Amino acid sequence: MSFDMPTKSNNVDHEMQQFLMAEQQKAQIQQQLHALTDVCWEKCMDKPRDKLDYRTESCISNCVERFMDTTKAIGVRLQQKYKEM
Amino acid sequence: MDLSSPHPMNKADGASKEHMMDQLRQQIAVANATELLQKLSDKCFKKCVTSPGTSLGNSEQKCIAMCVDRYLDSWNVVSKSYVQRLQKERQ
Repeated sequence: MSFDMPTKSNNVDHEMQQFLMAEQQKAQIQQQLHALTDVCWEKCMDKPRDKLDYRTESCISNCVERFMDTTKAIGVRLQQKYKEM
Repeated sequence: MDLSSPHPMNKADGASKEHMMDQLRQQIAVANATELLQKLSDKCFKKCVTSPGTSLGNSEQKCIAMCVDRYLDSWNVVSKSYVQRLQKERQ
């Protein structure tokens, strides 16, 4: 979900701009949570049981951490590649 | 999500501004719920309905209920880890 942010502050009053920025940030976090839950569910969940067992839970939290590490590592790698060009 | 509302934002008085904010919050909440429903349908259909018959069987329905609960659990674990990580990186 994305929407254009107003660039000229005289078009939209300050309070509205603050509100839109805060809502956009919240929406981005929500979006990221949907994506991460999707990825880590696929990695960690076997058959759904009557409880989330400890093993699955720690798999999920490791999955989140390593996914973010991966994103970071790819960012570094891309920067290196970009410099080589 | 349709955000191209016809309201002129520049001349919004207090009341209509509140109204716009409420509307936006509501639209975002609906978008979130829709996304969650889509994810749940996708994930739980995959896990629980392996060969679709003429109706949902008893065990399939039980599986779907557990699947929904576990997906929400997973969401909470992800959310906790993600927020912790963001806080750690901000320091």
